[in-house]
Amino acid sequence: MAQAQSEIRYLTPPSVDIKKKKYCRFKKNGIKYIDYKDPEFLKKFLNEQGKILPRRITGTSLKFQRRIAQAVKRARHLALLPYVTDLMK
Amino acid sequence: MNHYETVFILTPVLSDVQMKEAVDKFKTILTEQGAVIVNEENWGLRKLAYPIQKKTTGFYNLLEFDADPSVIAKLEIQFRRDERVIRFLTFRMDKFAAEYAAKRRSVKSSNKVEEVKEN
Repeated sequence: MAQAQSEIRYLTPPSVDIKKKKYCRFKKNGIKYIDYKDPEFLKKFLNEQGKILPRRITGTSLKFQRRIAQAVKRARHLALLPYVTDLMK
Repeated sequence: MNHYETVFILTPVLSDVQMKEAVDKFKTILTEQGAVIVNEENWGLRKLAYPIQKKTTGFYNLLEFDADPSVIAKLEIQFRRDERVIRFLTFRMDKFAAEYAAKRRSVKSSNKVEEVKEN
């Protein structure tokens, strides 16, 4: 059986994506306050459906992830950001 | 005296005069209670991300002021009572938010100065 596995030849070698060191962009750029009034900046943390991206993808620290979530919810309340949409970007 | 910032949306049905009158009404309410209005912005007619009360656009206004906590409750009662306001959000600003707002105001006034120079 193992023999069969090695038989498989990949056309292109399976590329293991290089582990990019994720960093918290707020700590790095020294941003202290996340403004809930400019939706363009907050859109970077939402996916196409308008849902908040998890920390493991954006790499932000817990403290700033909570502030982003708070700002996004305020922006949604003020109809600056939609609660749910498709193909927002 | 905490530092507050409130954003409210007026229905698009209003004429300009009514819209100004509504904004002035809330400003007078605040000044009567002894609040100090620091900044006032009017973002004009903007498209809403989702329809509120069957309307898809609204007049956005921002009021930044210093007030006692007791004033906020009265202000919000007025917001709820007035049917021209379809949504409002009052936010207590911490020192980072106040700093950010001050910077934003200086930037805005600076490009206003540039515009004056240009035309």
